[in-house]
Amino acid sequence: MRTDLILLIPEITLLVMACLVLVVDAFSKDPLHKVTYWMAQLSLLLTFITVIYYSPDYSYIAFNGSFVSDMMSVLLKAFICAITIVVFFYSYEYLKENELLKGEYFILGLFAVLGMMVMSSAYHLLSIYLGLELLSLSLYAMVAMQRESTFATEAAIKYFVLGALASGMLLYGISMIYGVTGSLQFTDIVDTINSGTIDKVYLVYGMIFLIVGMAFKLGAAPFHMWVPDVYQGAPTSVTLFISSAPKLAAFAMAVRILSDGLSPLIEDWQSILSVLAILSMAVGNIIAIAQTNIKRMLAYSTIAHVGYLFLGLIAGTASGFAGSMFYIISYAFMSMGTFGMIILLGRYDLEADSLDDFKGLFLRNRWFAFIMLCLMFSMAGVPPFLGFWSKWFVLKELIASGFIELAAISVFFSIIGVYYYLRIVKLMYFDEPETMSAIKATQQMRVVLTINGILILLIGLAPNSLMHICLSAFSG
Amino acid sequence: MTQIIFYIFGAMLLLSATMVVVIKNPIHAALFLVLSFFSSAAVWLLLNAEFLAIALVLVYVGAVMVLFLFVVMMLDINLSTFKDGFARYFPLGIIIALLMVVAMGMIVGSDYFATDTYKQIDTSMTSSNTKLLGYAIYTDYLYQFEIAGAILLVAIIAAISLSMSKSKITKSTHPNEQVSVKKEDRLRVVKMKTEKKEE
Repeated sequence: MRTDLILLIPEITLLVMACLVLVVDAFSKDPLHKVTYWMAQLSLLLTFITVIYYSPDYSYIAFNGSFVSDMMSVLLKAFICAITIVVFFYSYEYLKENELLKGEYFILGLFAVLGMMVMSSAYHLLSIYLGLELLSLSLYAMVAMQRESTFATEAAIKYFVLGALASGMLLYGISMIYGVTGSLQFTDIVDTINSGTIDKVYLVYGMIFLIVGMAFKLGAAPFHMWVPDVYQGAPTSVTLFISSAPKLAAFAMAVRILSDGLSPLIEDWQSILSVLAILSMAVGNIIAIAQTNIKRMLAYSTIAHVGYLFLGLIAGTASGFAGSMFYIISYAFMSMGTFGMIILLGRYDLEADSLDDFKGLFLRNRWFAFIMLCLMFSMAGVPPFLGFWSKWFVLKELIASGFIELAAISVFFSIIGVYYYLRIVKLMYFDEPETMSAIKATQQMRVVLTINGILILLIGLAPNSLMHICLSAFSG
Repeated sequence: MTQIIFYIFGAMLLLSATMVVVIKNPIHAALFLVLSFFSSAAVWLLLNAEFLAIALVLVYVGAVMVLFLFVVMMLDINLSTFKDGFARYFPLGIIIALLMVVAMGMIVGSDYFATDTYKQIDTSMTSSNTKLLGYAIYTDYLYQFEIAGAILLVAIIAAISLSMSKSKITKSTHPNEQVSVKKEDRLRVVKMKTEKKEE
């Protein structure tokens, strides 16, 4: 029991700190919620440090098989905390500017991070489900927080109803798996399946529901209907949050369920994921071309990126999973930077979420036009930016596992995708600006966004270290 | 005897669940939902799961559904728009439902879900299944139980932050501003042409 608790120290730290922030915020009278904000950042930093400090040498399973601490969970938790720190920074700037500041934003954000951490180290279907609910409930409330906006309310209702449906699907699949194998714990499930006493059809029936539930949560086509509406309707700070760290948690959920829990069924889930991947890449890349709102365009781009994420999972090897992890981490970095840019360009009365707002950005501000260029090139997968290496890594593993047709299809769709990313570059560099007003943003905002953009270029120039980190997550 | 009781409550459960979906009046639908909860609680009692049965009646029938009824009564729902599109989506819905029923029947009807695979917990050795359940929750499932606690806390925070807003939606008066108000702030004198009554 004592070692179990030591493994749980990062989660305990975060929960205690989140409760502390909650109490402090309830008594603080500061309209800028400075104390809440800084304490939330401190909690994330502390959690980050404890995650690193208490990282185990090899994988430990604790709490009667419901919790696992291994390299993958440690790395994902560390990245989730680090990404959320930057997300909170951008959000604070945005919320301050738009007078939407509420202490609950950061508190719910902390609980969402807790949910993501639970998902990252779940080794039991019940832990996965509870972690997912903790994350989703916090996100629903965060989307709905802008009460005056009918768009935000509509987005929240859509997100909530479809999210509840997805949870229902997931639970249904879990109950089927439990009915057949008699356990919810991953090692037990794998042992029961390997014993060969169960007819595969019954397992696959449950697995399909599990995959549908996951595809809903990840936003993979054809379960993507909620993504564009939620991305567009939610306040930009919340869209920024939804599109970054939770994607890492969703990746963790997919790996845990498919690779740890249902590894004997690999051929079955590979074929289902292939269909989802092709559909997502097609829907995401083609419909994105028709969008005029950048948040909506990025929503379709997320759908496409989820398709590429699946490619690494389809490869089914340890290095394939590492490729997917590299992909999702780089995606989180790029998405964070792009939404950061939307926040930077926006002002109180005017949200810069239309593509026209990027017209002639080069003439208004050369430096940030360059940063946006880095982000868009990276999203499109142009070398030497980070996004190129993530696509390369995933495709390399996919071809190594022998899925050559699938790799060819994905390259085809990513070429279509290049169009709408480059269109933004064209708007910035070759079109006349609609307004010449200077960009109003605080100094910190400029610095952090610059670092964010330059990192994408720098990691892209030397991608090996991040690749090694991702590979080490699956080597044990 | 047990079988007869099971079939009575099973039939009641299926019938009331169907009525929840089919019936037009939302209040009647909510009441049928209460009935379906009640019948499933009775089925659980037959399986010796007393604690779960009583919890279902107390929590769902006693608290959740009463709240649900209040909400339905407070909201002014237009009953005619409520069922719009029902006829349009009915054929697709019935096909999917039938497919699901067949697939589910095949899966759940198999030996893996047979009652002899999942025997009832032997409660003759211990005092009650409430005790066994408590033991499982606080030892084997301690981790999950704690996360469930965090989820409830999030629900409270979300509900309060969404309903108690100091924003423009909430109507409240500020005595200080009311006292110091001037005539110009509230009263606007508009010059208009005199209107003649048209016959």
